[in-house]
Amino acid sequence: MKIQLKDICHARSGDKGDTANIGLIALQERYYPLIARCVTAERVKKHFEGIALGPVERFEMPNIWALNFLLHGALGGGGTKSLKNDAQGKTLSTALLRMEIEIEETIRI
Amino acid sequence: MREKVRIASAQGFLGDLQTAPLDQVTKGPVDYVVMDFLAEVTMSILQKQKKRNSELGYARDLIPIIEQILPLCVSRNIRIITNGGGANPQACSEAILKCAKKRGIQSLKVGVVSGDDILDRIPDLRSQGIELRNMETGESLDPVLERLESANVYFGASPIVKALRQGAQIVITGRTTDTGLTLAPMIYEFGWSESDWDKLAAGTIAGHILECGGQASGGNFSGDWQSVPDLEHIGFPIAEAWPGGEIVITKHDNTGGMVTVQTVKEQLVYEIGDPRNYITPDCVADFTSIKLEQVGNDRVSVSQVKGAPATAFYKVSMAYLDGYTAIGTLTYSWPEALEKAKRADQILRARLKDMNLKFEEIRTEYLGYNSCHGPLAHGVQDPNEVVLRIGVRDRSYDVVERFGKELAPLILTGPPGVTGFAGGRPKAKEVISYWPALIPVEAVSPEVHINTL
Repeated sequence: MKIQLKDICHARSGDKGDTANIGLIALQERYYPLIARCVTAERVKKHFEGIALGPVERFEMPNIWALNFLLHGALGGGGTKSLKNDAQGKTLSTALLRMEIEIEETIRI
Repeated sequence: MREKVRIASAQGFLGDLQTAPLDQVTKGPVDYVVMDFLAEVTMSILQKQKKRNSELGYARDLIPIIEQILPLCVSRNIRIITNGGGANPQACSEAILKCAKKRGIQSLKVGVVSGDDILDRIPDLRSQGIELRNMETGESLDPVLERLESANVYFGASPIVKALRQGAQIVITGRTTDTGLTLAPMIYEFGWSESDWDKLAAGTIAGHILECGGQASGGNFSGDWQSVPDLEHIGFPIAEAWPGGEIVITKHDNTGGMVTVQTVKEQLVYEIGDPRNYITPDCVADFTSIKLEQVGNDRVSVSQVKGAPATAFYKVSMAYLDGYTAIGTLTYSWPEALEKAKRADQILRARLKDMNLKFEEIRTEYLGYNSCHGPLAHGVQDPNEVVLRIGVRDRSYDVVERFGKELAPLILTGPPGVTGFAGGRPKAKEVISYWPALIPVEAVSPEVHINTL
């Protein structure tokens, strides 16, 4: 069964220079192993193809059921240099929540 | 020693909710009001204001706020700590003293923290072998040296603590970490040692939770956002701290918004890098050690925080001129709104090409369709309207300014059903780029002065 991350997570994103960070937080503890397994740095890099031009790093925060992603080169130069409407990457959090992951039918959401 | 100290966040950036500071001092008990005004590019804007007028260069929003809250703060012994001094904390302090006099306040001690501005010292520092390379890319500072607009060291809690120890009722700083503003009163009140890393980390994390104001108490909450009560009257977050480093995040009763484990989590992950190494001038905090617990209505405890020794460096935030941008918009209406906007973009780009105008970057986005999620945006079926947004960036002012003249003609010489040009021609604006670097702690020294009324 396919679900969107928005069904099991909440998220917030922001900027540091030309790097965006996205904190992805599982809504329930039992969803954390699921996102830790499925939402890899590689998956996120592919999801943001054409947006994150540099590498993607991932950090685990199991204590708050969260993953933190750094998307390098994602803000069109960052700060006042960027021509993007979302120059600070504030909406990249919801863009990540679009991602679909495959889960077993037995897991009830 | 106080049994506990209550620290109220009252501004999360320059331009935040103007009513928050008064709410924080009138709607319930607090001991400190902390206000963060400085984003990455704010310093360079303030530096520019100072260059034009030596009495400016600080967060001007601060003065009417102080005027509102100062009499209450003085009578209730509530201290105010803010980095709103920006590029000119001394002038800010003078403006505050003037405002205090106007409000009939008899005596006042304002602490001023400066020494963060190293712009004039850069040649000297570099001759000592402090290269100030870009800490993210490793690049040499040389190519941007002539274009530097500002260079400020991020100080931590220590100089603020020094000012508090000298009796300052208000502490005005230049570039100070957001977290230091909240940590300082804890160190001062509880006499924490400068090497009690776990406690310093706990106070730092409390500062990180408070630094964006309402973003920790229900604002911009992406969970069940519709369930956040009464955002109209959002209560900004308050950190209650105890001598052992225990922290509870809360807000005043009878205010809107909410403080839950989820709203605090969202702020914890905001603008962080490696969560095990949250580096500040005061300590290195480990965000993976934090335990959050809902301990009451709108009360979240933050415990088990681990910290490590501070590094031997301060971060320096520099800003330099990096060319110009101009951004313009046109609104296209149904039917075929998106197709019309796309055709207009095509026509504009062809005309720019005919004129041989080249830019370092040109970018088109369609508001209502893809300006937030770009290639991830799903298709839209015949929307009611779409805003065409085109921006250019280049080193040459003339080229960018010339682009600004090409947008309006599309109204009479492009696709139909277009409006929304009331703002006039897009103007070429200076680009300020950001240059982060590291500097050894011993190369700079914070200065603390007390100005009295």
